[in-house]
Amino acid sequence: MIQPPFTEEHEELRASVRGFLDRELAPHAQEWEADEWFPNEVFGKLAGQGLLGLKYPTELGGQGGDYLHEAVLIEELSRIGSGGTAAGIGAHNNIATPPIWKFGTDEQKQRYLAPAIRGEKIGALGITEPDAGSDVASLRTTATRVDGGFLVSGEKTYITNGVRADFIVTAVKTTLEGGHHGISFLIIDRGEGMSSSKLRKLGWNASDTATISFEEVFVGEDCLLGELNEGFKLIMANFQWERLAMALGATGAMALAYERTADYARERTAFGRPISKHQAIRHKLADLATQAYVGRCVTYDALRRFVAGEEPVKEVTMAKLYTQRTAYELMDACLQIHGGAGYMKEYWPERAARDARLGPIGGGSDEIMREILGRLLGL
Amino acid sequence: MAATADTVLKPDHQAKRKHFIFTDEHEQLRESIRNFVLKELTPHAEEWEETTFPNSVFARMGELGFLGLDKPEAYGGQGGDYYTSLVLAEEIVKANSGGLAMGVAVHTDMAMPPILAFGTEEQKQQWVVPAIKGEKILCIGITEPDAGSDVAGIKTRAVKDGDGYVINGSKTYITNGHRADVIVLVTKTDADAGYDGFTLFLVPMDAPGVIREKKLEKLGMHASDTALLAFQDVRVPESAVLGQVGKGFYHIMWELQGERLIGAAGCVAGAQRTFERTLEYANERKAFGRSIGHFQVIRHKFAEMATKIESARQMVYVTAWRFAGGEYPVREISMAKLHASRVAVEVADECIQIHGGAGYMKEYGVERAWRDARLNRIGAGTDEIMLDVIGRSYGL
Repeated sequence: MIQPPFTEEHEELRASVRGFLDRELAPHAQEWEADEWFPNEVFGKLAGQGLLGLKYPTELGGQGGDYLHEAVLIEELSRIGSGGTAAGIGAHNNIATPPIWKFGTDEQKQRYLAPAIRGEKIGALGITEPDAGSDVASLRTTATRVDGGFLVSGEKTYITNGVRADFIVTAVKTTLEGGHHGISFLIIDRGEGMSSSKLRKLGWNASDTATISFEEVFVGEDCLLGELNEGFKLIMANFQWERLAMALGATGAMALAYERTADYARERTAFGRPISKHQAIRHKLADLATQAYVGRCVTYDALRRFVAGEEPVKEVTMAKLYTQRTAYELMDACLQIHGGAGYMKEYWPERAARDARLGPIGGGSDEIMREILGRLLGL
Repeated sequence: MAATADTVLKPDHQAKRKHFIFTDEHEQLRESIRNFVLKELTPHAEEWEETTFPNSVFARMGELGFLGLDKPEAYGGQGGDYYTSLVLAEEIVKANSGGLAMGVAVHTDMAMPPILAFGTEEQKQQWVVPAIKGEKILCIGITEPDAGSDVAGIKTRAVKDGDGYVINGSKTYITNGHRADVIVLVTKTDADAGYDGFTLFLVPMDAPGVIREKKLEKLGMHASDTALLAFQDVRVPESAVLGQVGKGFYHIMWELQGERLIGAAGCVAGAQRTFERTLEYANERKAFGRSIGHFQVIRHKFAEMATKIESARQMVYVTAWRFAGGEYPVREISMAKLHASRVAVEVADECIQIHGGAGYMKEYGVERAWRDARLNRIGAGTDEIMLDVIGRSYGL
């Protein structure tokens, strides 16, 4: 049985995507994690299969599909064995390009989205700053009006694709007053006055997470994305899909981790029998299977509502909160079941646990999710 | 009667928290170890994560007398009580290098005790004396690729041959395995004797047939070297037997107790250190117009962590007190090991969360604290083994 909202058609796509990723990406995953970089050619390869434009219209070179097709890709990318590679592709597909599609002018779509779908330009989204993480309203990167455009100065951090991106969809302050009003978005081409430095992380090692500094970078008027001073709306609009995408990534990763750990427990023997035949391990695995299933149901429900055009902020927030914490705990339990092997880089669980640990922090931390829910629940 | 300003007893959060097991001498020792650690070890922590810590650390600690704190003076030790080794375990944590702390602990608290307890005078002179000086480095080989928690399932065989033994097998996850001069090796000498078929050997690591297969890469503890070792027809004389033939399993089970308690002490100290660093961060870091530590949720996280750390600390100290007093409290040691390891991991994880994005970055060191701490729920007996030991102690 195919679990809704997916249909037969999505499962066909899933099979072909999985085949492609197993052939082209998965074999290199470990090497890319060790190198702390995946090659830019990955974008070209994905574009060749139409995987950078699943949900975008055919006029722009996309596949004319919808969010459900994208959801299939996200789940499958979580299985390749490199959170960093999935993150880099995800940042391009799910956070950098959607605002251009939704808020961009036709000209901006031709200039940025079409080449992004072809894999010729790589995108990043720049919101977080050293002193403004969860607290988006305290952004300090400023864009000052000058003749024909803006001069941008400031610093962004924890930017996925921050070293390799050709353009950065950047949140800037365009008024002096603080608060949510007065944030705008600019699409900034990499160029003079910008410098990136790569950050080393607990996990997601194949991705280039960077601090980007802007020193009086000139950005033309035509790069203003959406309305002036109304950038907060854009941030909010994108958060829902970003968080759903994270929940989907966790869903895929949990299913795989459970399967692999159950296999390991059936093979590994201690005290004269497979460890899966020890009650404590068997029950632990039963819990993990349950958690993975609950995570999937919560996520698929939010996804169904999202695709149906509801604005399921509550359900998306719950799905993000539940799956990110759970995925990390599940990976940690898989590591534990592997014992000494779980601690070794030669086996997958330590990498999976490190990658999963980003979930409760990135895309809005657990604490922020609970704040949002508190408000939505009228508390 | 209403309380007045004079009669109200105010909470004193700054009171010196010296536990009853420690004397002034312990505090002086603590001070001197701390000074050494902060001056000579901590500055190199980052570098040693990449290169593993140098053998000169052993030589230097030997020179300072830190490798034999609770060992007999007759062999060059300081002749201190059990608590002195606890002090070392707590203070070495300030080196910010779990791998270094582990390498040293394997030497002083895992490999050395069985030689002192079961070794011949000659063996003690040959290995313990130079080990306390830091001139020879020790390791211990229990785990095998197919026998981790199930110690009785080990397959490394030592077969009697003339006036000696021939050893074949492999050992894995061996801390200090690449740098050690000698290994305390657990072997099977009688396949049919069950728990009575194990024997310990002291095998020089330069003996023909001892192969250091590879350095294993790990989630954390990067400053330590972890080896996969192979033994191919390694010939040792009868004098290499450590303790009694056939009693190796019991010797090792005894050794594990002291090790687990020392490990638990390190966990508590590590958790405390991460807690303090994060407290500093929470006071400095602002969001939504105030220090994040002043949000109730964050304040409560600290309260939870502090409570967990304190419970683990008391458990370790009281268990150490019983152990030092001559009891053999296996159940309580297992409880302390289980609880302290979990607390260390939970605290490190919560500290990552409090740091937000910064917590995920290597620069802040919190992610490393988690990676290092995570070993404790696996090494020296997993959580599951501790639960089994505790459960069985009730006759279950």
